[in-house]
Amino acid sequence: MESNNPIKKVNIICAKAAIEDVYAALVMGNGAVMEGIEANLFFTFFGLDAIVKNRMDKPHTAVVGNPGLRLPGGLRMPTLLGVIPGMEAMTSSMMLSTMEKLDIPPVSEFLELIKAGGGKIYACKLAMDMFKFTKEDLWDEVDGVLTVGEFYALAGGEGSHIIFT
Amino acid sequence: MTQITYAGVTVDVNEEGYFTNPSQWTRDIAAEIAKEEGIVLTDQHYAIIDFLRSRHNNGEALSIRSINHSGIIDVKTFYQLFPGAPLKKATKIAGIPKPSSCI
Repeated sequence: MESNNPIKKVNIICAKAAIEDVYAALVMGNGAVMEGIEANLFFTFFGLDAIVKNRMDKPHTAVVGNPGLRLPGGLRMPTLLGVIPGMEAMTSSMMLSTMEKLDIPPVSEFLELIKAGGGKIYACKLAMDMFKFTKEDLWDEVDGVLTVGEFYALAGGEGSHIIFT
Repeated sequence: MTQITYAGVTVDVNEEGYFTNPSQWTRDIAAEIAKEEGIVLTDQHYAIIDFLRSRHNNGEALSIRSINHSGIIDVKTFYQLFPGAPLKKATKIAGIPKPSSCI
Protein backbone atom coordinates (compact mmCIF):
# COMPACT_ATOMS: atom_id res chain seq x y z
CA MET A 1 0.00 0.00 0.00
CA GLU A 2 3.03 2.27 0.43
CA SER A 3 3.80 4.50 -2.50
CA ASN A 4 6.95 6.32 -3.50
CA ASN A 5 5.07 9.59 -3.81
CA PRO A 6 2.83 9.72 -0.76
CA ILE A 7 0.14 12.39 -0.55
CA LYS A 8 1.26 14.92 2.04
CA LYS A 9 -1.42 17.55 1.71
CA VAL A 10 -4.93 17.77 0.23
CA ASN A 11 -6.69 21.01 -0.64
CA ILE A 12 -10.37 20.24 -1.01
CA ILE A 13 -12.79 22.62 -2.70
CA CYS A 14 -16.50 22.29 -1.96
CA ALA A 15 -18.68 24.46 -4.22
CA LYS A 16 -22.10 22.87 -3.69
CA ALA A 17 -24.48 22.66 -0.76
CA ALA A 18 -26.10 19.26 -1.31
CA ILE A 19 -25.58 16.56 1.33
CA GLU A 20 -23.52 14.42 -1.06
CA ASP A 21 -21.25 17.31 -2.04
CA VAL A 22 -20.62 18.60 1.46
CA TYR A 23 -20.09 15.14 2.93
CA ALA A 24 -17.72 14.14 0.14
CA ALA A 25 -15.51 17.06 1.17
CA LEU A 26 -15.87 16.27 4.88
CA VAL A 27 -15.14 12.54 4.59
CA MET A 28 -12.10 13.20 2.43
CA GLY A 29 -10.84 15.98 4.69
CA ASN A 30 -11.30 14.00 7.88
CA GLY A 31 -9.90 10.87 6.25
CA ALA A 32 -6.80 12.85 5.37
CA VAL A 33 -6.05 14.14 8.86
CA MET A 34 -6.73 10.65 10.25
CA GLU A 35 -3.91 9.40 8.01
CA GLY A 36 -1.57 12.18 9.06
CA ILE A 37 -2.12 14.10 5.80
CA GLU A 38 -2.43 17.87 6.05
CA ALA A 39 -5.89 19.10 4.94
CA ASN A 40 -7.23 22.47 3.82
CA LEU A 41 -10.95 22.70 3.09
CA PHE A 42 -12.11 25.61 0.97
CA PHE A 43 -15.83 26.36 0.80
CA THR A 44 -17.11 28.45 -2.06
CA PHE A 45 -20.35 29.35 -3.86
CA PHE A 46 -23.28 27.27 -2.56
CA GLY A 47 -20.79 25.19 -0.60
CA LEU A 48 -20.50 28.13 1.81
CA ASP A 49 -23.75 26.93 3.41
CA ALA A 50 -21.71 24.18 5.08
CA ILE A 51 -19.86 26.77 7.17
CA VAL A 52 -22.67 29.31 7.68
CA LYS A 53 -23.75 29.05 11.31
CA ASN A 54 -27.52 28.78 10.97
CA ARG A 55 -27.42 26.61 7.81
CA MET A 56 -24.55 24.18 8.24
CA ASP A 57 -26.35 21.36 10.02
CA LYS A 58 -29.40 21.35 7.74
CA PRO A 59 -28.10 20.33 4.31
CA HIS A 60 -30.59 19.07 1.72
CA THR A 61 -30.28 16.77 -1.24
CA ALA A 62 -32.09 17.36 -4.54
CA VAL A 63 -35.31 15.38 -4.99
CA VAL A 64 -35.95 16.81 -8.46
CA GLY A 65 -33.39 16.21 -11.19
CA ASN A 66 -31.51 13.64 -9.13
CA PRO A 67 -31.54 10.40 -11.13
CA GLY A 68 -29.62 8.58 -8.39
CA LEU A 69 -32.34 9.09 -5.81
CA ARG A 70 -34.43 6.03 -5.06
CA LEU A 71 -37.45 5.30 -2.93
CA PRO A 72 -37.22 2.75 -0.11
CA GLY A 73 -37.40 -0.53 -2.06
CA GLY A 74 -35.17 0.66 -4.86
CA LEU A 75 -37.57 2.27 -7.37
CA ARG A 76 -36.41 5.55 -8.84
CA MET A 77 -37.96 8.63 -7.25
CA PRO A 78 -40.38 10.02 -9.88
CA THR A 79 -39.64 13.66 -10.62
CA LEU A 80 -43.29 14.62 -10.08
CA LEU A 81 -43.16 13.18 -6.55
CA GLY A 82 -40.23 15.45 -5.83
CA VAL A 83 -42.28 18.59 -6.37
CA ILE A 84 -44.61 17.80 -3.46
CA PRO A 85 -44.02 20.45 -0.75
CA GLY A 86 -41.86 19.11 2.05
CA MET A 87 -40.55 16.18 0.01
CA GLU A 88 -37.01 17.55 -0.14
CA ALA A 89 -36.90 18.29 3.61
CA MET A 90 -38.30 14.86 4.46
CA THR A 91 -35.97 12.97 2.13
CA SER A 92 -32.98 14.95 3.39
CA SER A 93 -33.73 14.37 7.05
CA MET A 94 -34.23 10.65 6.37
CA MET A 95 -30.86 10.55 4.66
CA LEU A 96 -29.14 12.38 7.54
CA SER A 97 -30.65 10.06 10.13
CA THR A 98 -29.49 7.01 8.16
CA MET A 99 -26.01 8.52 8.12
CA GLU A 100 -26.12 9.22 11.86
CA LYS A 101 -26.77 5.50 12.43
CA LEU A 102 -23.49 4.79 10.61
CA ASP A 103 -21.72 7.15 13.03
CA ILE A 104 -21.43 9.88 10.38
CA PRO A 105 -21.63 13.11 12.40
CA PRO A 106 -23.58 16.30 11.63
CA VAL A 107 -21.65 18.89 9.58
CA SER A 108 -20.54 21.05 12.54
CA GLU A 109 -19.29 18.05 14.52
CA PHE A 110 -17.53 16.68 11.44
CA LEU A 111 -15.75 20.02 10.95
CA GLU A 112 -14.70 19.92 14.62
CA LEU A 113 -13.15 16.48 14.09
CA ILE A 114 -11.19 17.84 11.13
CA LYS A 115 -10.03 20.85 13.15
CA ALA A 116 -9.05 18.57 16.06
CA GLY A 117 -6.75 16.76 13.65
CA GLY A 118 -5.12 20.01 12.55
CA GLY A 119 -7.18 20.54 9.37
CA LYS A 120 -8.00 24.08 8.28
CA ILE A 121 -11.35 25.46 7.12
CA TYR A 122 -11.55 28.43 4.75
CA ALA A 123 -14.29 30.48 3.09
CA CYS A 124 -14.07 31.98 -0.40
CA LYS A 125 -14.01 35.76 -0.37
CA LEU A 126 -15.74 36.22 -3.72
CA ALA A 127 -18.62 33.93 -2.76
CA MET A 128 -18.94 35.73 0.59
CA ASP A 129 -19.32 39.04 -1.28
CA MET A 130 -21.77 37.50 -3.74
CA PHE A 131 -24.07 36.15 -1.05
CA LYS A 132 -23.51 39.19 1.19
CA PHE A 133 -22.15 37.11 4.07
CA THR A 134 -19.93 38.65 6.74
CA LYS A 135 -17.45 36.83 8.98
CA GLU A 136 -20.09 36.92 11.72
CA ASP A 137 -22.33 34.68 9.61
CA LEU A 138 -19.65 32.00 9.50
CA TRP A 139 -19.00 29.15 11.92
CA ASP A 140 -16.76 30.52 14.70
CA GLU A 141 -13.90 28.11 13.99
CA VAL A 142 -13.41 29.05 10.32
CA ASP A 143 -9.71 29.81 9.88
CA GLY A 144 -10.06 32.59 7.37
CA VAL A 145 -11.62 34.10 4.27
CA LEU A 146 -9.35 33.66 1.25
CA THR A 147 -9.02 34.98 -2.27
CA VAL A 148 -8.25 32.40 -4.95
CA GLY A 149 -4.64 33.58 -4.99
CA GLU A 150 -4.28 33.03 -1.26
CA PHE A 151 -5.81 29.58 -1.67
CA TYR A 152 -3.23 28.62 -4.32
CA ALA A 153 -0.45 30.00 -2.13
CA LEU A 154 -1.34 27.70 0.74
CA ALA A 155 -2.05 24.74 -1.56
CA GLY A 156 1.56 24.56 -2.72
CA GLY A 157 4.23 22.04 -1.82
CA GLU A 158 5.54 18.63 -2.75
CA GLY A 159 2.94 15.88 -2.46
CA SER A 160 0.12 18.44 -2.35
CA HIS A 161 -3.10 17.87 -4.28
CA ILE A 162 -6.15 19.95 -5.14
CA ILE A 163 -9.46 18.11 -5.10
CA PHE A 164 -12.71 19.59 -6.39
CA THR A 165 -15.68 17.65 -5.04
CA MET B 1 1.27 -15.12 9.24
CA THR B 2 4.23 -13.23 10.71
CA GLN B 3 5.52 -13.47 14.25
CA ILE B 4 7.29 -10.73 16.16
CA THR B 5 8.81 -10.84 19.62
CA TYR B 6 7.92 -7.97 21.92
CA ALA B 7 9.02 -7.83 25.56
CA GLY B 8 10.12 -11.45 25.37
CA VAL B 9 6.76 -12.68 24.05
CA THR B 10 6.23 -13.95 20.51
CA VAL B 11 2.99 -12.65 19.01
CA ASP B 12 1.14 -13.16 15.72
CA VAL B 13 0.77 -10.12 13.51
CA ASN B 14 -0.42 -9.40 9.98
CA GLU B 15 1.73 -7.90 7.22
CA GLU B 16 1.11 -4.39 8.58
CA GLY B 17 2.11 -5.33 12.12
CA TYR B 18 -1.39 -5.46 13.60
CA PHE B 19 -2.13 -8.24 16.08
CA THR B 20 -4.19 -11.10 14.72
CA ASN B 21 -4.74 -12.46 18.23
CA PRO B 22 -5.49 -9.56 20.65
CA SER B 23 -5.33 -11.90 23.66
CA GLN B 24 -1.53 -12.12 23.22
CA TRP B 25 -1.26 -8.44 24.11
CA THR B 26 0.20 -7.15 27.40
CA ARG B 27 0.95 -3.67 28.71
CA ASP B 28 4.69 -4.29 28.34
CA ILE B 29 4.21 -5.24 24.71
CA ALA B 30 2.26 -1.99 24.18
CA ALA B 31 5.17 0.01 25.56
CA GLU B 32 7.57 -1.65 23.10
CA ILE B 33 5.36 -1.09 20.04
CA ALA B 34 4.86 2.51 21.14
CA LYS B 35 8.60 2.98 21.38
CA GLU B 36 8.93 1.89 17.75
CA GLU B 37 6.39 4.59 16.91
CA GLY B 38 8.35 7.13 18.93
CA ILE B 39 5.78 7.36 21.73
CA VAL B 40 6.38 6.97 25.47
CA LEU B 41 3.16 5.68 27.00
CA THR B 42 1.61 7.55 29.92
CA ASP B 43 -1.42 6.65 32.06
CA GLN B 44 -3.55 8.69 29.66
CA HIS B 45 -2.30 6.59 26.73
CA TYR B 46 -3.09 3.40 28.62
CA ALA B 47 -6.57 4.65 29.54
CA ILE B 48 -7.46 5.23 25.90
CA ILE B 49 -5.82 1.93 24.88
CA ASP B 50 -8.03 0.14 27.42
CA PHE B 51 -11.04 1.97 25.97
CA LEU B 52 -10.15 0.89 22.42
CA ARG B 53 -9.58 -2.71 23.50
CA SER B 54 -12.86 -2.94 25.37
CA ARG B 55 -14.75 -1.43 22.44
CA HIS B 56 -13.11 -3.95 20.15
CA ASN B 57 -13.92 -6.82 22.52
CA ASN B 58 -17.55 -5.72 22.58
CA GLY B 59 -17.66 -5.82 18.80
CA GLU B 60 -18.20 -2.05 18.52
CA ALA B 61 -16.82 -0.19 15.51
CA LEU B 62 -13.91 2.14 16.13
CA SER B 63 -14.08 5.60 14.65
CA ILE B 64 -12.30 8.83 15.42
CA ARG B 65 -15.69 10.14 16.60
CA SER B 66 -15.99 7.39 19.22
CA ILE B 67 -12.98 8.87 21.06
CA ASN B 68 -15.17 11.85 22.00
CA HIS B 69 -17.59 9.42 23.66
CA SER B 70 -14.81 7.75 25.68
CA GLY B 71 -15.10 10.20 28.57
CA ILE B 72 -11.31 10.02 28.84
CA ILE B 73 -9.98 12.49 26.31
CA ASP B 74 -11.27 14.50 23.37
CA VAL B 75 -10.24 13.98 19.76
CA LYS B 76 -7.77 16.86 19.83
CA THR B 77 -5.85 15.31 22.73
CA PHE B 78 -6.00 11.95 20.95
CA TYR B 79 -4.16 13.51 17.99
CA GLN B 80 -1.56 14.89 20.40
CA LEU B 81 -1.07 11.57 22.21
CA PHE B 82 -0.64 9.57 19.01
CA PRO B 83 0.73 12.10 16.49
CA GLY B 84 0.30 11.49 12.77
CA ALA B 85 -2.32 8.82 12.22
CA PRO B 86 -3.75 8.42 15.74
CA LEU B 87 -6.38 5.73 15.25
CA LYS B 88 -4.01 3.53 13.26
CA LYS B 89 -1.15 3.97 15.74
CA ALA B 90 -3.33 3.56 18.83
CA THR B 91 -4.97 0.35 17.57
CA LYS B 92 -1.59 -1.08 16.62
CA ILE B 93 -0.24 -0.34 20.09
CA ALA B 94 -3.46 -1.67 21.63
CA GLY B 95 -2.98 -5.01 19.88
CA ILE B 96 -6.26 -4.94 18.00
CA PRO B 97 -7.04 -4.96 14.25
CA LYS B 98 -6.70 -1.81 12.18
CA PRO B 99 -10.12 -0.10 12.01
CA SER B 100 -11.82 -0.42 8.64
CA SER B 101 -13.99 2.64 9.21
CA CYS B 102 -13.83 5.73 6.95
CA ILE B 103 -14.88 8.04 9.75
